[in-house]
Amino acid sequence: MKGRLEQAFVHARKRKRAAFIPYITAGDPTASRTVVLARSLERAGADVLELGVPFTDPIADGPTNQRAAERALSQGTTLSSVLAIVRELRFSSTIPVVLFSYFNPVHAYGLARFAVDAAAAGVDGVLFTDVPVDEAEAAREALRRVGIDLVLIVAPTSTRERVKAVRKLAGSFVYFVARIGVTGTRATLEEGLQDQVRMVRKLTRSRVAVGFGVSTPEQVSRISQFADGVVVGSALVQRIGELGDAPELPGEIEALARSFALATKRK
Amino acid sequence: MKPLPDSRGYFGPYGGRFVPETLMAPLEELTQAWQEARRDRAFRRELAELLSTYCGRPTPLSFAGRLTKHLGGAAVYLKREDLCHTGAHKINNAVGQCLLARRMGKARVIAETGAGQHGVAVATAAALLGLHCRVYMGTEDERRQALNVYRMKLLGAEVVGVDAGSKTLKDAINESLRDWVSSVSSTHYVMGSVMGPHPYPVMVREFQSVIGSEALLQIRKQHRSLPKMIVACVGGGSNAAGIFSAFVPYRQVDLVGVEAGGRGTRLGEHAARFSGGTPGVLHGTRSYVLQDQHGLVAETHSVSAGLDYPAVGPEHAWWHDSRRVTYVRVSDEEALDAFHLLSELEGIVPALETAHALAYVSHVAPRLGPGQAILVNLSGRGDKDVSEVARLEGVTL
Repeated sequence: MKGRLEQAFVHARKRKRAAFIPYITAGDPTASRTVVLARSLERAGADVLELGVPFTDPIADGPTNQRAAERALSQGTTLSSVLAIVRELRFSSTIPVVLFSYFNPVHAYGLARFAVDAAAAGVDGVLFTDVPVDEAEAAREALRRVGIDLVLIVAPTSTRERVKAVRKLAGSFVYFVARIGVTGTRATLEEGLQDQVRMVRKLTRSRVAVGFGVSTPEQVSRISQFADGVVVGSALVQRIGELGDAPELPGEIEALARSFALATKRK
Repeated sequence: MKPLPDSRGYFGPYGGRFVPETLMAPLEELTQAWQEARRDRAFRRELAELLSTYCGRPTPLSFAGRLTKHLGGAAVYLKREDLCHTGAHKINNAVGQCLLARRMGKARVIAETGAGQHGVAVATAAALLGLHCRVYMGTEDERRQALNVYRMKLLGAEVVGVDAGSKTLKDAINESLRDWVSSVSSTHYVMGSVMGPHPYPVMVREFQSVIGSEALLQIRKQHRSLPKMIVACVGGGSNAAGIFSAFVPYRQVDLVGVEAGGRGTRLGEHAARFSGGTPGVLHGTRSYVLQDQHGLVAETHSVSAGLDYPAVGPEHAWWHDSRRVTYVRVSDEEALDAFHLLSELEGIVPALETAHALAYVSHVAPRLGPGQAILVNLSGRGDKDVSEVARLEGVTL
């Protein structure tokens, strides 16, 4: 069987749009709310869900995601509880889930044990912010055995040699960082993004999702014309932070996510 | 045995490069630029020239006569890094890396600092070489090392307070890495210790190895034999790596690294990675890390800002596991006692970091014979700590 991730991209492509991939931090504002928010995002048109595992030292994240991680950690969220969130989500949803994590929580959990438990919970992909392709062999092997995709990152600074190395280990898609920088909302897009995405697709022979700094429907629309998927994180996380555990949170996030989902249409 | 680290920056199972992809090509470029520079005679000559005419090297080796008599055992020698320009060994690495930054065409340098000594050293080297400089410092460290904050500003650096997490060195490194991810084409990150992703652990050790090379010649001349033991404090571990590296091949010399035992043995009360930590990945490298069972990094405590850090350089992790170096812990209180002891007996006010090494020496020297020598790396002077020690002891200045 082709994996759910693969199917999600095929499904989006058939409908002439890029896959919409929202990101939220697991456990923000609470674990049970994360499950509710995941369903809201799915109703809004999400093709894949990226779920952040909160970490104490998130060096690749800007202030918005740092604060979300702090909120989640203050709720006692750990890697085990993130897996429990995915297990619970699986009672009501089949949306592909990619965990977005720093390496240390997984290292402490034990790579092999993590792979088995993540697969049992219903995780489809794992992306490590701080494991470049050079260090990815062991993680890829452990995840491959249980049928989970390792999602590797390509950056604007990556050399051709590095992009080619990614190709050898890449799963159903690679994640292209739209910015030289940390996560967060940005007013404008980089020049030359389209050419870079084309190059990455050619060198990796993989689908390319674009993220980091994508924060308005206009940006989503532009990227959707040339990328296979678009990741929107901080704009949603920011709103979750503003609303906290308010009753209107799921509805508000659904409406906001829908505005992004509609923008993935190819012209 | 093959020299360590290997080509991927590993010391046994420790080290490596665990950073966002954006930093990988720049780290490869840095590794190459450093490899070229260290083989370039002109670069080596310029560095040696600055170390001697600007930093004040070689630093002397002092025989601590009254301390030796007081302790009643081994002869204690002090490698006087406190006499370096800016008051600590940090300048050796700062000048080296800033020269490298200039060679790489980077007009801006950034640095993290805990006690402020590395920040001051980088601000100094940047002023000397005409580079823009920004230093990240936890707000708790800004409070306890206020003098160094103002020194950095006097030197023309911009100091940015970091108000996240424990507001100490760890958080300053997080923020420096975020800056670097965003500014990497114009900026060199001058990491201050033998930690972080490859090539930093080996590059910083090499810039600091001048301490050990000088000390080896000096102790042979002054004591007429090798020391029985070398003692140095270990935060990230650069002063220790600098003095140990020359002596590692001499198996008869015991090497001792002293960590901050803080105010207790529970997680959060100390910064003793080798007695309370487990292997983990933090700030780009695999090493011993103080963390909980979920892999969340623990808060740390030490009276000394420079030792108040939850991880340790990967080569130290390797030396620990291969038993070449013994790591011990010293409490805040013992360090403060040693701070006073050296001040009163030798007329040298040591940095609180260094005081940890001295506390261990006062414990171990009486148990060694009078013919033997202990060499202590006196990594920095304590001017920066005077007001904090006064505060801790209830003295109003």
